Amino acid sequence: MTEQHHDEGSSHLTEMDLRVRALETILVEKGYIESAALDRIVELYETKIGPHIGAQLIAKAWSDRGFRQALLEDASKAASTLAETGRVGEHLIAVENTPQVHNMVVCTLCSCYPTDVLGLPPTWYKSFAYRSRTVKDPRSVLADFGVTLPAETEIRVWDSTAETRYLVVPMRPAGTEGWSEAQLAKLITRDCMIGAGLPIKPSEVA
Amino acid sequence: MDGVHDMGGMDGFGKVEPEPNEPVFHYRWEGRVLAMSRAIGVFRAWTIDTSRYAIELMAPSIYLTRSYYEKWFLRNQNLLIERGLIDADEVAAGRALRPAKNMNRGPFTLADVEKVTKRGSYGRPAQAPAKFKVGERVRGKNIHPTTHTRLPRYARGHVGVVERLHGAHVFPDSVTTGKGEDPQWLYTVRFDAQELWGADADPKLKVSIEAFEPYLEHV
Repeated sequence: MTEQHHDEGSSHLTEMDLRVRALETILVEKGYIESAALDRIVELYETKIGPHIGAQLIAKAWSDRGFRQALLEDASKAASTLAETGRVGEHLIAVENTPQVHNMVVCTLCSCYPTDVLGLPPTWYKSFAYRSRTVKDPRSVLADFGVTLPAETEIRVWDSTAETRYLVVPMRPAGTEGWSEAQLAKLITRDCMIGAGLPIKPSEVA
Repeated sequence: MDGVHDMGGMDGFGKVEPEPNEPVFHYRWEGRVLAMSRAIGVFRAWTIDTSRYAIELMAPSIYLTRSYYEKWFLRNQNLLIERGLIDADEVAAGRALRPAKNMNRGPFTLADVEKVTKRGSYGRPAQAPAKFKVGERVRGKNIHPTTHTRLPRYARGHVGVVERLHGAHVFPDSVTTGKGEDPQWLYTVRFDAQELWGADADPKLKVSIEAFEPYLEHV
């Protein structure tokens, strides 16, 4: 490997392109993988497996008390009953925000994330700043997202140090009475399902 | 191992910078690296724990300066060579120089895609009854294994409460040292921030870890 070439500014990305392409070529030529299958994986993560799945779960939980209960009891099982989501991995755990408690999810050791329902993690979730600060000073992390919670609100941080995966169920915003699940889903951002944000205010959507 | 990857509670990494409308991949090669990581998983040449450990074993100067997917790429390439699926001279040449190792299965094709985009299953039958109960106070052991562990430093030596019991799971510390899955009970243990970080910590903050039974002791 040519580690010494790594910090050469603009040529860096080009070099990564070449190195990754070379490894793929070797794996294809040796018959381990087919490039079309890699294309499909990339396509799935770019178009099919994303936070819209989690948003559908939350919108249903906000609308259907029975589903909310099922989601909080066993999120993997509840999610798998929805046609839109299909089977999700084991040990998905939904934790619910209340006026008293705000939940946040982090992985201090690497980047564990509920990919089945949120897709691949954003760069900030994998950043050293988020991984280091969230377990010690989560209010300052929330401030980086423009979120301020009352001092009396308990903050409950879940460090994903094993193969369990956490999904935050945010509080349903006031002023959404009678909204359909599809309308509600538009309020539910990726960040609010990790606990780094709050749902979009109803007044901010058309 | 007490490595730089164990970041909980460290200072100095600056602000968290959310990127509005962030793309799934910033460069095409990142998507290829992610896809290759998923694809080569079907050969079972290593496990998820081994792949995490391989990144932890990178020198701190590499860990702290290379991008996320660059580390994944280096990890994949190193493990593929180490496990004999490819050779270093092939990497240097940028092409295959000899036939594949027999992995007891055919190539990764479109038919295999669905299964690698679902998370794997790590729950296993328990080997013994659980030692701790929900609601019980427990202490994170003051241990410093030099190999892979999922007990973060900030929880070691501190007392928390068992909040959930998740059944028995593959034990990462065992798998990564070649001792098999050795399933262990997995608990959510919740700590008060002041127990972890001292009297100046946020009195309204609680932090939990997912702790395998060997990480815990009776108080």
